[in-house]
Amino acid sequence: MPKHILSFTVNDEPVEVLVQPYVTLLDALREDLDLTGPKEGCGTGDCGACTVHLDGQPVASCLMLAMQARGRSVRTIEGLAAAGTLHPLQDAFVRLGVPQCGFCIPGVLMAAAALLAENKRPTEEEIRYGIAGNLCRCTGYTKMIAAISEAAAISQEGAAR
Amino acid sequence: MRRFDLATPQTLGECLKLLAARGGDTKVLAGGTDLLPQMKNGLLKPARVIDLSGVAELRVLAADDGQGLRIGAAVTARQLERDPHVRAAFTSIAESGALVGSIQVRNLATVGGNICNAAPSADMAPPLVALDAEAVIAGLRGRRRRVPMASFFTGVRRTVLKPNELLVEFVVPSPGPGSGGHYLRHTPRRELDIAVVGVAAQVTLTDGVCSKARIALAAVAPIPLRATAAEQSLEGQRLTPSLIEQAAALAVEAARPISDQRGSAEFRRHLVRVLTRRTLTLALARASA
Repeated sequence: MPKHILSFTVNDEPVEVLVQPYVTLLDALREDLDLTGPKEGCGTGDCGACTVHLDGQPVASCLMLAMQARGRSVRTIEGLAAAGTLHPLQDAFVRLGVPQCGFCIPGVLMAAAALLAENKRPTEEEIRYGIAGNLCRCTGYTKMIAAISEAAAISQEGAAR
Repeated sequence: MRRFDLATPQTLGECLKLLAARGGDTKVLAGGTDLLPQMKNGLLKPARVIDLSGVAELRVLAADDGQGLRIGAAVTARQLERDPHVRAAFTSIAESGALVGSIQVRNLATVGGNICNAAPSADMAPPLVALDAEAVIAGLRGRRRRVPMASFFTGVRRTVLKPNELLVEFVVPSPGPGSGGHYLRHTPRRELDIAVVGVAAQVTLTDGVCSKARIALAAVAPIPLRATAAEQSLEGQRLTPSLIEQAAALAVEAARPISDQRGSAEFRRHLVRVLTRRTLTLALARASA
């Protein structure tokens, strides 16, 4: 089976990598690009642990072939923070002690970041809907929702200043 | 996943050539949210996959000449959920798009994939049936044919598509002024679930009288069904709660549900009655607004 050349943008950097036609985007990110933030939980799009942004929109990277990302822009949790500072969501998750085992957290953060990019002050209902595609089996959702809400408030205060 | 060769055509013409030359075990890949899980668990083992993601012609979402809507086969559920024109004029399509999977799935899942996989529970089928949409299918040498959505499905996971044909787009006629639609389904949980029963309704009023009614049911037969006797009981009438209740009872008679792990046949018949009443009531309110 001939490998294909995948050229795309990952975390704002142009990347070229040789991939097998049958590997998923998630596996290419983890195995070929050493971006192990996105996780494989279920492998069927049900848990959201593999969430990355594709041209700014959250997608389940386990449900895409790597080659389907050709020419497109992918952002993983590794590319969420600006150099040297945590993203307000990451900062809030740390301060509120949200992660327990942490396996779901990169996916939750990417889903939440996509939500806040379009909705600066989501209601609790909108936050719940925004992360409804992400399953957590230990931390629970209460602290996540509080942290996302707080990050939204802090981002808006920052923008107003 | 089992190994396969991947073709990445850029145009519809290239796709059709690849399809014409295909062997028996070729699969067409749109969003992948249904296909890849089946390939991962070994249910499907294609030797060759044709990826449609590079074909711009399949991503059209635009008004057509007659003020209707053209929806490319590779338009995502999320696009339909969020598009202001679709939400305003083809509300039930936007509503069904919003129910597929999760946001992460809807950004990948396509309307063409949902329809071509032809699950009896496909959420995006009933609104297209209720809106009298047609599927535009391209075949050998680019020859095109149109098939009404009400006759597109032939069985569980079976459609009228031939192996060398490709679904290009849906053409949805404008429901016109005085029309309202709604899609509703029952699921035990809101996200990432599959319809136990789904019902789409579309009602058009002319001078206060119902001039056209469409009711389409999901997950109560091998294919999405129109409840034609229920529709006919409404047309020509001024709609009242009791007429709607009567139509809901007629819709139950159209259903041929099975019992499975999602619900018994009896429960499904009950849901058809309740959901038909609710969708008609809201469709009527929207048509009157």
